[in-house]
Order: sequence, then C-alpha cells, then structure tokens
Amino acid sequence: MKLLKVSGILLFSSSLLFGCANTDKTTSTEKVKETKNTATKALDGVTEAYREYAIGEIEEFVKATEAFTTAVKNGDIEQAKALYGPARMHYERAEPIAEVFGDLDPKIDAREGDVPEEEWGGYHRIEKGLWVDNTTKGYEQYADQLMKDVNLLRAKVDTVEVTPDLLITGAVDLLNEVSTSKVTGEEDRYSHTDLYDFAANVEGAEKIYQLLNQELEKKDKELSKEIQTRFDEIYSLLNQQKNGDGYKLYTELTEAQVKELSQAIDALAEPLSQLGMVTEAS
Amino acid sequence: MTKHTNTQKDLAINGAKISRRDILKTAGVGGVGVILGASGLGGLLSLKEGNAAATDKKDIIPFYGKHQGGITTKTQNHVYFVSLDVTTSKKEDLVKLFKDWTTASALLSEGKPVGELSSNEFLPPKDTGEADGLSSSNLTITFGVGPNLFVKDNQDRFGLKQKQPKELVDLPKFPLDALEEAWTGGDLCIQACADDLQVAFHAVRNLIRIARGKATLRWAQTGFQRTKQADPKEATPRNLFGFKDGSANSDVNNENQMNEQVWVQPGDGPNWLVNGSYLVVRRIQMFIEVWDRSTLKEQEKTFGRYRDSGAPLGQKDEFETLDLKKKNEQGEYSIPVDSHTRLSHGDGSQKILRRAYSYSDGMDVKTGSFDAGLLFLCFQRTPSKQFIPIQNRLAKMDKLNEYTSHRGSAIFACLPGAKQGGFIGETLFN
Repeated sequence: MKLLKVSGILLFSSSLLFGCANTDKTTSTEKVKETKNTATKALDGVTEAYREYAIGEIEEFVKATEAFTTAVKNGDIEQAKALYGPARMHYERAEPIAEVFGDLDPKIDAREGDVPEEEWGGYHRIEKGLWVDNTTKGYEQYADQLMKDVNLLRAKVDTVEVTPDLLITGAVDLLNEVSTSKVTGEEDRYSHTDLYDFAANVEGAEKIYQLLNQELEKKDKELSKEIQTRFDEIYSLLNQQKNGDGYKLYTELTEAQVKELSQAIDALAEPLSQLGMVTEAS
Repeated sequence: MTKHTNTQKDLAINGAKISRRDILKTAGVGGVGVILGASGLGGLLSLKEGNAAATDKKDIIPFYGKHQGGITTKTQNHVYFVSLDVTTSKKEDLVKLFKDWTTASALLSEGKPVGELSSNEFLPPKDTGEADGLSSSNLTITFGVGPNLFVKDNQDRFGLKQKQPKELVDLPKFPLDALEEAWTGGDLCIQACADDLQVAFHAVRNLIRIARGKATLRWAQTGFQRTKQADPKEATPRNLFGFKDGSANSDVNNENQMNEQVWVQPGDGPNWLVNGSYLVVRRIQMFIEVWDRSTLKEQEKTFGRYRDSGAPLGQKDEFETLDLKKKNEQGEYSIPVDSHTRLSHGDGSQKILRRAYSYSDGMDVKTGSFDAGLLFLCFQRTPSKQFIPIQNRLAKMDKLNEYTSHRGSAIFACLPGAKQGGFIGETLFN
C-alpha cells in the first residue's frame, strides 16, 4: 500500500474510527520482552543475511531504474514499457526495507491520489504517461527525479537496522500488499503489470521464510512444510499466467483466476503469520 | 498493530510506538484524526478478563449430542450461512479439518475463544477476538457435506464414492429457476445461528480461518428475523412481504414427528447419516418494490392467508387447519388454487422443517432495487419425497412466483452429532 507523508496531515485524536481500549499490558509485556531478547541473539545471522539480500535487490533496482529512466529520456516508449514491470520487481522484493524510508517510498512508488497532485512523481506517474498519455514527452523531469530518489535510497539502505521484528512482520506484510492492492489490479492500474509486483512480493516473502526456516523447523516442522507447500501452490498458479519471461496483464485474468490467486495468498499468509514462533526460546 | 519496524518516522503516542505505516493507513480518511489504538501491544488483551463475565449458562446450546444443533433448535435471531469449496485433495486434511472444527465449535458454543492467547507478541492471536465479552447467544454451528464432496467431475475425490447417499444429489432444475453460479452449490456448508450477528459471524470467521489451505469460501449469506427483544411474545415471524411465515411448520418438540420428517433413520440409506438430516438452501430474491404496489387483496390471494392475522382465507385463526374445500360467495375456493399456502400444503403428505431467514444485501446495482429476500433453509429426512415434490408444485403455478426469483440453491447432508471426544463427520470418514 503506497501511502502519504505523515507530517502535517494527521491530527491525533482520541475519538476513533477504529477504537481500541487502553489495554492493560502488565504481565504479558514482561514475558514478551524475555522472548524478544532470546530471539535477537539466535537470529543475528539471519538478519544480516537478509540485509545483504535486500541491499542486493536495491542495487539491482538502481540498475534497472537507470535503464528505465534512460529509455524514458530517450523517448523510447516501447523500451520503457518493456522495462517497467521487471524493474519494479526488485523494489517489491525488498519492500520491507524500502518502506522503512517514509520519505522516499512515496516519492518512488506513490499511486495517483496517494499524494497531492503537485507532489506526485515516481514510477506510477511515468506509468500513466506511458500507458495513458502514450508519450514520454514531458516526463523527462520525473525520470530524473526518480533516478535521484532511487540513488538516495541505495545510499540510505546501508543504515537500516534489520531486526527479527522487521522480518516477521515484513513477510506477512508483503503478502498483505498482494491481497489489498495487487490482486485487485489497483497497483499498476495503467500498465496492468500487477502480476510482476505480485510475484516479487511473494518472492520477497519466501526469502524471509527461507532465512528463518532453520529456526522454524526446530519449533514446528509441520508448519515449515505447510508454508513451503503453499508457496509452491502460488508459484504454480503464477506460472500458469506466464507470458514469455514475464507475466500476462492483469486484465487478461478471469474473475475465477483472480479469486483463485487471492485465496491462495490467504492460504499461505495464514500459516506464514505463525513465523513469529522463531522468536521463542527453543 | 504489533508492528514497530525501525522507522525513522516512528512516533511515540501515549508512550506506545506506532509505525509510519500504521499511521499512514489511516490517512486516507481525509485528514480526520484517527489513530489506531493505544498500541504496540494492543493485541494482548487478557482473555480471562475478556470472557469471564460473558457467558450466561442459559444462552448455551451444547455442541455435542445425538444430533447437530441448529436443526430442531428454536430459531435464533440471526444466521450466517456459508458454502465452501474443498481445495485439498487429501482425505487426511479433510478429517483434520473436521476435528479442528469440532474442537473450535465446542468452545465457540460455550462462548469461549477458539484458542488461548500466546504471550509471544510476534504471533497473531488464535481467536479473532470480536466476540470477547459477549455471551454465547445460543450459538449453534451446523456442518453439512454436499454431493460434490463425494464425486466431482467423475472423480472419487476422497474415496467416499461408495458412501454417497442416493438422496444426496444436485436438486433437479425446477421451472422458473434463475440460479446463479455465485450462489449455488458447495462441497461443505456451515450454518451458524445465534441471537447476535456478531457472535454468529465470529464463529464462521474463525472456522473459515481454520480451514485456510483446505477449503475456501464459495458463497456466504447472512439472514435475520425479528428478534426476541422486538417480539417477546414470539409470534410467528413475518417475511419481507409482511406475511407470517411458518404458521404450519412442524413441531420441533414432537420427537416422533422429527424422526418421521427430519432425522435420517436406520435403513434410509448409508448408516453414517443416521441421526443427520438433509438441508436444502435456496436464496430467493423478493421483488419487494413490485409487491409494495400490489393491492392487499391481491397479496392475500397470493399467499392464501390474511396478512393481519395469518389465518387462512375464509377462516379465523392463524393455526386453524387449512380448509381447502371452503368456497366463497362467488363459488370460488377461499384459498385460491394458485396460492402459496394451498400449493405448499398439497395433500398434506409432504412436510419439511422450515428454518428460513430474511436477508437484505443492500442494493441490486443493476436495477437500483433492494437486493432482499429469503434465505430459505429447510431440513428433511428424504428430499425426493419432501422438498422436491413441494417445490415442483410451487414452481409450476405458485402465484408468488411473480414476485420472487430463485437465485441460489444447494443441498447438503447434515452430519449426525458428535459425542464428546469424537468429531463431526466421524461416521463418514472412519
């Protein structure tokens, strides 16, 4: 879900749309802290490995964005269109990390309406130019800005502290993104390349699962197996929607196929949401 | 809201951390200040506190027993009905599903959560929590299996083919049926009835969650009837056409009648279904706008009863035996030949246990009319001798057909009840 800048937009109020009571969290909080500490140590290697993975993806994203923005600036519309979907996959795989930068994420990935019109730039702005206006003219400045932002993201990404929490929530969040915007065709609403983002989110979640799996298997072998089975099922569904090296357009999917993909994500995300048990002492 | 990623924009509110994304998600509400909850650990409600006060014993209908609840149980205020497609191909998954469902349903029936809360904040709570603190509200959960669970596309999916009862087959196409795929069929069904819709929904939601990876939602429909609060005398409920519906229903307290009409008996078919029943579900859209502009006389002739009292036309009392021979001054039958009451009664030999609810699903986007009607649910021992002949008569000439359209349909065998320590479906799967 691509979102707005925080500052100045929200008023904090105690009158709530979705209210939650002030919960008493004495005893359970203590226990939670214990588990957390145990976890952090055991998962040190994992978080480091994930950092490397995410940085690797962001580096690929820099290269892919370079090629994409160059095509836009060269006025090569067909080339730009061809590069759009695949380029975004690197970003979508590393989203738990990329999103940490609350200022850059909307600049790179905001959809129309997520931010005020005058602030709207990034991939989706150019997407609209390519597929709706059918031109690159006038979009050169957006391409320049996008490249700057992506370079800045690369520079900043080294500073991210990867915690087990980030991984655990990140894995399910990636699938939630699929459930709420990719499977509905809202993400790439002009190019309809949603399945690229879909697949990349799933791959990003799978990477986290793989990294945590050694720890997970110690806790619950069955669960680990089930998660792998569910990943396999999604890939098998996605493979049916391949078109050459890439994927079919969202608009080519039947309603039944969309529903099937959506339900497969639910079937995966439910067991995956149990990943948090890796934080418990063995 | 247990996420606190190391965001540069994490904000501290009331000492609780809330991530950028949590805040951002609320931003779409248009600048109105909304912050979700007090935070970081908001999920950790104490379940003990949450449920202690809640459950009043008189609101509990035991889950275990000879028969499943929700069939001869006095009709609760609400229903949440779902039909499911089974997605697993392994019989052991199916058996596990029914075992897990049984455990969860027994807890739910007592107003308890489906699982205890872990102290690990990195795990989602086992129970979804929206029924914490609520009474069990006479919740019943009834499970059924459809014909396609046995054989689908000529495949004996789970090795159950030999066990398929002759009666458990798709209903014939009735004249005027306007069935839509989206409201029809299903491998399994769950009927959750309760005096509170949130309690019923909570039950279904948790059962569907347990089923993820094994079965998926095919269609779902809520239903309501007048509540006990609104009608303490518990008169016969009225349908959305304003007529009393169920005056002539079977007496659920009469065990002989139930054995004769509702419960599958030894020798009826495969033994696994003894003490179970067949459920027929029809989603019947009612064209209430059209109805609202027809005259009272026309309405009463359509039903064959007075709207006000519910008495058969030409008679005085709602519960009087139908006098189908009675004629009016013009020499016509008082209860018209094409009236709903006369046709559903037939020669009186076919009876079903009706347990219908009204539904209202907002607006039909195509027409701008209400999408409202009847979620017709009925139980019986032998559909071929009960629902099917009745519906054949109605579909051919019921005057009510001018005002209704059958959009959805399904048949399920509702399993016998389970003993404590056993599980629903045990007789079928073992």
